[in-house]
Amino acid sequence: MEALKVYTMADYTAKGETPEILFWVGCAGSFDDRAKKITKAIVKILNHANVKFAVLGTEESCTGDPAKRAGNEFLFQMQVMGNVSILNGYNVKKIVTGCPHCFNTLKNEYPSLGGNYEVIHHTQLMQELLNSGRIKIEGGAFKGKKITFHDPCYLGRGNDVYEAPREVMINLDADLAEMKRSKAKGLCCGAGGSQMFKEAEKGNKEINIERTEEALALNPDIIAVGCPFCNTMMTDGVKHFNKEETVKVLDVAELIAHANKL
Amino acid sequence: MISSIIFILLISAGSTWFIFNAKKVRRNILLGKDVDRKDNSAMRLKIMTLVALGQKKMFARPMPALLHLFLYAAFVITQIELIEIFIDGAFASHRIFRPFLGSFYTILISFIEILSVLAFIGTIAFLARRNLLKVPRLVKNELNGWPKIDANTILFAEIILICCIFMMNGADEVLYSKGKSHALNLNDASFGFSISSLLGPILFGGFSENSLHIIERIGWWGHIIMVFSFLNYLPYSKHFHVLLAFPNVYFSNLNPAGKFTNLESVSNEVKAMFDPSFIPAPASTELPTRFGAKEVTDLSWKQLLDAYSCTECGRCTDSCPANITGKLLSPRKIMMDTRDRLEEVGKNIDTNGTFKDDGKSLLGNYITHEELWACTSCNACVDACPINIDPLSIITDMRRFIVMEESAAPTELNGMFTNIENNGAPWQFSQSDRLNWSTE
Ligand code: SF4
Ligand code: SF4
Repeated sequence: MEALKVYTMADYTAKGETPEILFWVGCAGSFDDRAKKITKAIVKILNHANVKFAVLGTEESCTGDPAKRAGNEFLFQMQVMGNVSILNGYNVKKIVTGCPHCFNTLKNEYPSLGGNYEVIHHTQLMQELLNSGRIKIEGGAFKGKKITFHDPCYLGRGNDVYEAPREVMINLDADLAEMKRSKAKGLCCGAGGSQMFKEAEKGNKEINIERTEEALALNPDIIAVGCPFCNTMMTDGVKHFNKEETVKVLDVAELIAHANKL
Repeated sequence: MISSIIFILLISAGSTWFIFNAKKVRRNILLGKDVDRKDNSAMRLKIMTLVALGQKKMFARPMPALLHLFLYAAFVITQIELIEIFIDGAFASHRIFRPFLGSFYTILISFIEILSVLAFIGTIAFLARRNLLKVPRLVKNELNGWPKIDANTILFAEIILICCIFMMNGADEVLYSKGKSHALNLNDASFGFSISSLLGPILFGGFSENSLHIIERIGWWGHIIMVFSFLNYLPYSKHFHVLLAFPNVYFSNLNPAGKFTNLESVSNEVKAMFDPSFIPAPASTELPTRFGAKEVTDLSWKQLLDAYSCTECGRCTDSCPANITGKLLSPRKIMMDTRDRLEEVGKNIDTNGTFKDDGKSLLGNYITHEELWACTSCNACVDACPINIDPLSIITDMRRFIVMEESAAPTELNGMFTNIENNGAPWQFSQSDRLNWSTE
């Protein structure tokens, strides 16, 4: 396996060069063991497509999204100030994120606080790369496999992006099955609104169990996701039903990287 | 003559009382904070046409959408007939439009009659769904008491109204065929209305002329009395949506659903911290009373309009992941609580001139912390609402109050805040380790 080629904005600046795009890795993508694999898959795809991208590395900080959803607007705006000064300092124009929550807040909530960038989610970037012919997807590994996609709330309902992940996956030659609650009617995995960071309120079921149950009813080989938090939730759900041997929870980026044997 | 006077008195009293109450509702809504929803009127008109007039979002569930469409269409089209009733009532004429409109009149009334029959079917089906089939979203806890009575009352009233229409038209058909109707005789054998020309003779064929006139009048007066009762009932009922759905959808949030507001009051403080020379724009120097929302008056007028418009249909709650999994949160209840509290605040103002502290607030007395913290901010409720109500924005504003004013976030969340503050991540990892993944 080739080593990952990852350069920071600082590296580019030192070389006097400007990257095409900034890859906003996000906290989960940087620190969560499972999510780091997704981050690497995204990087492999970017390397494979010869995209000149940069990361902020140790200059990146939380977007403030979890604080904002929890109601801590102060902390959110403090984070925005810090991040915007770094991003604007590097004159960043275009950002791709590995997480729908980073995507949503950078795209929608940063502009009125001084951060104006073109922001896309990694499934949209893959769609762009496909359309421009910079990557091809060989279906091989997933031919005939049954895949169901779980829409992340902040990509789907939050920003009306439903087609990008599906259009990318269509190239896998797999059997794409839709859950009854999909796209605008998709059910949350249970992690949003800062629920990821606290115990759920008292109820009679966990949300991720409800959602995983729905996905498993389709007898899929793979539950595809586009968010590191959904990934955790659905993975836990699959384990709850003792299905981890037969059903994999994979990010769309991982599917594409794997299909291309990256 | 005497009937004209009674009619005019009835109409004046009915209208005055309605306007009086509608003004109060308007005053209550304007207790909310300002928010700009006047931009982009072309887009807004389009959305209003599709979603309010065209009921686009209703059709996510075709069966109730169709039944509702019957009632809605009957409601709208009957307004045309009301014009005639007004003129007849005021000038003691009888079916004044018929000689002018000729066969078009027959078509119009026939159409109204067909829609009335469909509305009748719809109403019976709705009563059954609520009371016999007990469709889950229509029998949840928050509907116990008044909301349930409210829903059933209006359905029964609808049945009475439809019966009145057929008493009026049916008896008049029989009278006309005998040459005894007060309507101008156009030398035809019958009005030829689609339903009552058949139903009239069956129901009322054997009655005397005198009884027929009485039945016809009961139907006529019953009709107009029901209409004015309905109008005056609206401000107390979830049925206010028949009017408010239109402005409510017009003033919809046009931003992506994932975009939350950035509190300007917070921006001013944060900017001042980063740049001591920062001076907020004059318009924003007025200090907010508090961050976030504890009380209905901390919400925006749009959020309050949302509350008055809510149909209590429960589509939001039915799609809410928290509610589905048995948590206390119900977005419909958030809207109902907001309206109830706003009504209470309004009555308080009516009694005392200005609001007198009653020791209560929306947060605490109506909506609890437990409900608010169960929300995943997934926007399913917003998507599901047929009239673009946004329960999530109220939940968010109340969380802001809990966190920034009460410092009462769940402990784990406070830990998360501390981590972000100290190491720029919601977990306890050092910012200097952020790139480690690239070499691991
Ligand atoms: S946004 Fe909150 S209240 Fe609305 S459906 Fe999702 S969890 Fe329920
Ligand atoms: S908020 Fe909308 S979806 Fe929910 S009960 Fe009210 S009208 Fe129905």
